[in-house]
Amino acid sequence: MIEYVVQQVVNALAAGSLYALMAVGLAMVFGILRLINFAHGDLMMIAAYVAAFGLGAGLALELTIPLMVGGTVLVGLLMERVAYRPIRGAPDVATLLSSFAVGQILQNGTLLTTRLAGQPTLIAFPAPAGLGGVAAVGPITVPLVNIVSFVAGIVLLGMLTVFVTRTNLGLSMRAAAEDLSAAQLMGIKVNRVVATAFAIGSALAATAGLLFAVQAGQINPYIGFTPVLKAFIAAVIGGFGSIAGAVLGGYILGALEVFVTAVAGIGDILPPGSVSPEVRAFLQQWLPSALASYRDAIVFLFLILVLLVRPQGILGQRDRGDSL
Amino acid sequence: MLELTGVEIRYGNIRAVRDVSLTVGQGELITLIGSNGAGKTTTLRSISGLLRASAGRIMFEGEDITRAPTDRIVAMGISHCPEGRRIFGSLTVGENLRLGAVTRADRRAVAKDLGEVLEIFPVLEQRLGQAGGTLSGGEQQMLAIGRALMSRPRLLLLDEPSLGLAPLMVERIFATIAELKRQGLTILLVEQNVHHALDVADRAYVMETGRMSLEGPAHVLRRDPRVEQAYLGGGEVRA
Amino acid sequence: MAARRAAGPAMAVGLSALAFALLDASGQAFWQGLVINLLIFIILTVSLNLTSGFTGVFSLGQIGFMALGAYASAILTLPLREKAAFLPDLPSWLAGVHLDWSVGPLPVGFLVATLIAGGLVSVIAWPVGRVLMRLSGHFVAVATLGFLVIVRVILFNADGFTRGSRTFSNVTQYTNLWWAGLWALVVVYVVWRIKRSTYGREMLAQREDRVAAQAIGIRVMEPRLLAFVVGAFFAGVAGSLYAHFITSFSPTVFYFDLTFRVITMLVVGGMGSVSGSIVGAVAIVALGEALRRVEDATLLYGLSSIVLAAMFLVVITVRRGGLLGEREIPLDRLFLRRDRTADQSP
Ligand SMILES: Nc1ncnc2c1ncn2[C@@H]1O[C@H](COP(=O)(O)OP(=O)(O)OP(=O)(O)O)[C@@H](O)[C@H]1O
Ligand SMILES: [Mg+2]
Repeated sequence: MIEYVVQQVVNALAAGSLYALMAVGLAMVFGILRLINFAHGDLMMIAAYVAAFGLGAGLALELTIPLMVGGTVLVGLLMERVAYRPIRGAPDVATLLSSFAVGQILQNGTLLTTRLAGQPTLIAFPAPAGLGGVAAVGPITVPLVNIVSFVAGIVLLGMLTVFVTRTNLGLSMRAAAEDLSAAQLMGIKVNRVVATAFAIGSALAATAGLLFAVQAGQINPYIGFTPVLKAFIAAVIGGFGSIAGAVLGGYILGALEVFVTAVAGIGDILPPGSVSPEVRAFLQQWLPSALASYRDAIVFLFLILVLLVRPQGILGQRDRGDSL
Repeated sequence: MLELTGVEIRYGNIRAVRDVSLTVGQGELITLIGSNGAGKTTTLRSISGLLRASAGRIMFEGEDITRAPTDRIVAMGISHCPEGRRIFGSLTVGENLRLGAVTRADRRAVAKDLGEVLEIFPVLEQRLGQAGGTLSGGEQQMLAIGRALMSRPRLLLLDEPSLGLAPLMVERIFATIAELKRQGLTILLVEQNVHHALDVADRAYVMETGRMSLEGPAHVLRRDPRVEQAYLGGGEVRA
Repeated sequence: MAARRAAGPAMAVGLSALAFALLDASGQAFWQGLVINLLIFIILTVSLNLTSGFTGVFSLGQIGFMALGAYASAILTLPLREKAAFLPDLPSWLAGVHLDWSVGPLPVGFLVATLIAGGLVSVIAWPVGRVLMRLSGHFVAVATLGFLVIVRVILFNADGFTRGSRTFSNVTQYTNLWWAGLWALVVVYVVWRIKRSTYGREMLAQREDRVAAQAIGIRVMEPRLLAFVVGAFFAGVAGSLYAHFITSFSPTVFYFDLTFRVITMLVVGGMGSVSGSIVGAVAIVALGEALRRVEDATLLYGLSSIVLAAMFLVVITVRRGGLLGEREIPLDRLFLRRDRTADQSP
């Protein structure tokens, strides 16, 4: 039983790290531009593809990672420049819809490229040495990638914290997120700050993409869609536009998901004799294992609940009056 | 130093400011007064490049800045302390001040200026680590002015620094403005508090519904019956 | 005067009917299918326009309603033998239902199933709308996207009703040019009437500036909710038509690609313009078909989506109002031209 709990906690932290890495990028861009960039998930997908091709071509992981991060950041900067800068200041919905269009272009562009390269739509992700396999501590076994995800999340988010508090550029980013025109009056170059946010967001999404692909074992051009939705939920839960909120939201969401999966069917897996038959029957009826397949629906219900009850999220403040 | 000629500014189809001309000379303290919605803030925003003039020209130290981006205008030495203070509430007082100097590379000089600003506003020193949003209104105004000073401006644009402050604090702020002028800073001050503004200013401009209606030395305008009528409480003569 | 105003639209309807009759007689199955497809898209786009274009409350959940409508009506019209074979776990009150009545050549059962599907979807839309229409901007967009995901998860998991991820097939092909055309006519007419009504004006007024509209006493919630529920009804109808047109489908059909396709039609045509939605649907269906042929010939699959998405970006960037903005093609003035000067004199 205790192993089960420990494993679930590690799973929750690993999932939380991935969501946090994704949500931070969304939140940074949203904070400055009020743009929900749904194509953010596709950056993650692109990273997974670059990594798959790099590793597939026999490149070492140490070489693949810089290539992947560099490629993803390039795509992220390009999308800001080509698609989002021309419509800066447009109504919310117009920018949101544009990001869907950008996502379509990235997904189908990837599809087209893989076809031209003679690859199938769904390709197996070559598990790199050092990320595959399981780690065992006594009776507890955890996939290694989950531990790496958790550690990578903590390290990168720590670095990000240092960046936004210690450097002038990081400070400018926070100022721009809070009040764009006041930030301009400080002499901050908006384009530069926006590009920085996209670059950092892309790099974090790239990391998440690699880890996600290792976990899933296979990739297709559409793998970014669900994660970006989840990251969005994480960002909203935490308080949209706030980096700390996005991180917090990411871990809350990870915990919530793992919790739903873990309690589903709990009545069946409790060791015999640990609970009375009535309790077991009750659990089996109300927490059936089928509940796990409703996980995404439950998560979205939670999102809608948060939007209604506390639209500014846990750490967010009511701002500029345009959020609701 | 600063010269606006025939400036017109639109919000969409609405002309908020038309044919505004104004000059600020080196070392002068100029005040721009006028009732609500006259276009004072709009004029300042066009000087700092947040709004684009649809006609006319804005020159700063012989250079045309009509179409220059805000960051360039700030770099040239114009600092705009905006209406409503607009400090970054979730950032600390220290971070707010640092942001004022965010474009300056010389860390040593910035540290020295921080010392000077804290000398002008000693309250801020005790609050450096506190979130800006938790300051009182008067403290926030001091922070906003201090932040604007951190860029080492040659021209300071102040938009209603006394807005919403208690009388004692208003006195404090105007004393500071007078002191900054004494130190040689050029200031363009937008105010609703016409008494005080005319007291400290060298010259004044009066705006009405988007146009300049009057201009002249501050002490002359103070006696102008039109100004008295409109802004100094109907004919009441102040000593 | 009224007769003259009606003359333009009547002529358009008459000409369409004539074209349908010719197409019907021609036996060109491919073109018939394309036009039916187009008509279903017109219904979807016009109904999304009502829900989102008029009110500015952008819903991404429209295709979720369409999916519910498709499954609901398909279950109702599925022949009993197929029902027993494919959906053995259906509750008994549904297992024996087979809406196959017809009056002469007219499949009334299909009509009833479609109406029930639309009604059911509206009943679901009402509480959903009550909750979500309070939000605005991109938050409502994302919340409704959440609704789409929830519908999808339910469709995948409600095996007993939907066969889960497996294909739902053997649906009778009732939908033809006439059904699709009639429903499209109904939808266009109703939405156009709503636009002209007090409700419609309130929708457009609060779209521009919700706070200002509220300040002068314009209702916000009621028109939004009306638009949402009526829009959902027609999306359900579109789902029913679609189900009885392609005859086999699975939950994956009703997801984001389709959503984005309809949004493209709406934005290209112009949010707030009924005729714009028709123009948008025609343009995108035609372009999509042309691009599909290019894809087939060159094997560059994905190209059509890229081109459509790029076009969408260009429209949003350079002409945000779409082709028509809020304006309508003035069909009703087609025969008023000569009287115009007389009209305008005070
Ligand atoms: N963002 C905006 N969009 C449209 N109109 C605006 C905007 N900002 C200001 N205006 C209009 O422009 C005119 C001038 O406004 P401005 O803020 O410059 O006045 P002001 O002189 O600073 O007034 P106050 O003393 O109240 O601050 C007003 O009529 C105002 O309604
Ligand atoms: Mg003002």
